[in-house]
Amino acid sequence: MYSEKVMDHFSNPRNMGEIENPSGVGTVGNAKCGDIMRMYLDIDENHIIRDCKFKTFGCGAAVATSSMATELVKGKTIEEALQVTNKAVMEALDGLPPVKVHCSLLAEEAIHAALWDYAEKNGIVIEGLEKPKSDIHEGEEEEEY
Amino acid sequence: MDKIIYLDHAATTKCAPEAVQAMLPYFTEYYGNASTIYQLGAQSKKAIQNTRSKIAESLHADSSEIYFTAGGSESDNWALVATAEAYASKGKHIITSKIEHHAILHTCEYLEKRGFQITYVDVDANGIVKLDELEKAIRPDTILISIMFANNEIGTIQPIEEIGRIAKEKGILFHTDAVQAYGHVPIDVEALHIDMLSASGHKLNGPKGIGFLYIRKGVKIRSFVHGGAQERGRRAGTENVPGIVGLGVAIEKAFSGMEERIQKETKMRDYLIERIEKEIPYCRLNGDRVKRLPGNVNFSFEFIEGESLLIMLDMKKICASSGSACTSGSLDPSHVLLAIGLPHEIAHGSLRLTLDHENTIEEMDYVVDAVREIVEKLRAMSPLYEDFIKKN
Repeated sequence: MYSEKVMDHFSNPRNMGEIENPSGVGTVGNAKCGDIMRMYLDIDENHIIRDCKFKTFGCGAAVATSSMATELVKGKTIEEALQVTNKAVMEALDGLPPVKVHCSLLAEEAIHAALWDYAEKNGIVIEGLEKPKSDIHEGEEEEEY
Repeated sequence: MDKIIYLDHAATTKCAPEAVQAMLPYFTEYYGNASTIYQLGAQSKKAIQNTRSKIAESLHADSSEIYFTAGGSESDNWALVATAEAYASKGKHIITSKIEHHAILHTCEYLEKRGFQITYVDVDANGIVKLDELEKAIRPDTILISIMFANNEIGTIQPIEEIGRIAKEKGILFHTDAVQAYGHVPIDVEALHIDMLSASGHKLNGPKGIGFLYIRKGVKIRSFVHGGAQERGRRAGTENVPGIVGLGVAIEKAFSGMEERIQKETKMRDYLIERIEKEIPYCRLNGDRVKRLPGNVNFSFEFIEGESLLIMLDMKKICASSGSACTSGSLDPSHVLLAIGLPHEIAHGSLRLTLDHENTIEEMDYVVDAVREIVEKLRAMSPLYEDFIKKN
């Protein structure tokens, strides 16, 4: 059901791990729905993402989208990183099964959450960055009850 | 290991080669329609009767009480819908449990939309139906109790004898979905007061697409498939004779060596459970330790997610299953694991290993090593584990 690229990124995830004293860190998702992603960013004084690492609790697609997202933002400026959408992550992975599209959304949100944390820590405003929801399933959950 | 290690026998089993051999002539040589008058048809009729008798004998029933179907799901649907209709004038209340297979639960939802009321009885932490709750749920208009013989995910064997006795005392019909249990543990419909029982061929090394419903003599149940006089007018359609023949052989095999198989499987099962509990921290055995199908093992591993685990096991040629949301196609994990009280995040990290007598201890060793290694790898990736370690 997964593309070769998804399987590759799942079996050999790139940039998996933690960054000590990161410039920004963001965690999104929720254990109830079975996906949690955490992104660590190391950003230099020129606003370039020197390093990016992730940790993910989730399915194969969740791991693969996290891995691909780190690849796509590494070496980029903050502005460029903001342009990395879930669509871009999906395309880079040669697509995802429809039920797994939310995993790519989570990857986008995780980057945004880490950037938000960086902006807050440094008292700066990143144009075009909105405060990410800590939990992208929040809306869905409320509907349940 | 070069070959596949198949540990998903609760999903389906390999068709026994003897069953396949016995089936083959019924495709090309004895292909006659059993409803015809000539010799060729009579041969098919005889083959059908032969399997019917074997089933009856295996259940302590009469062969006139066995009706062939296309499998477990059809049997479940038929038992519920047709009894509901036949007994609607007496009442519109049905009791079942929260851990039934979807063939039962979705049929119950269908009936609810048509004016029936369903009580879904709770199970305890081990997944055993709460008998006191079941008794309290009985109303004057209760027409049917349907409780599975053994659960497909966590393997718990239900107190069928007690439920049968309760149903009999109250004059309520009792149906059991025995798809996971039939051919694996002894079942006596007389001793257990079972009025209807569903079973499926491919769960006991028989072919797919064949199953049966046992209906006790005297139970009013209308036809489910209309259009012919087959199965004494209760289930139309030209019989799946090769399937029925294969099922017969599978049943013969299943029942002839049942005791030894149960012993062998139970030993392997408990060995697997023991090694996992000893070697993998933060795990939890789901289901009852003793009242459990001989081939079922179900664990939850904290801080990891089931689908990832399954893909990595598949890379090591191990076939298994999980109750995680990602494997169910929804955001919710297995209803069975939630019913026994697991929090969502722990239910997501579940692994079901269902073995049979052809598996070996060597395979169990290989599997435990693989699971341990994969769980470690996934935990190293898990932000939940990171948080847990930092907190402790």
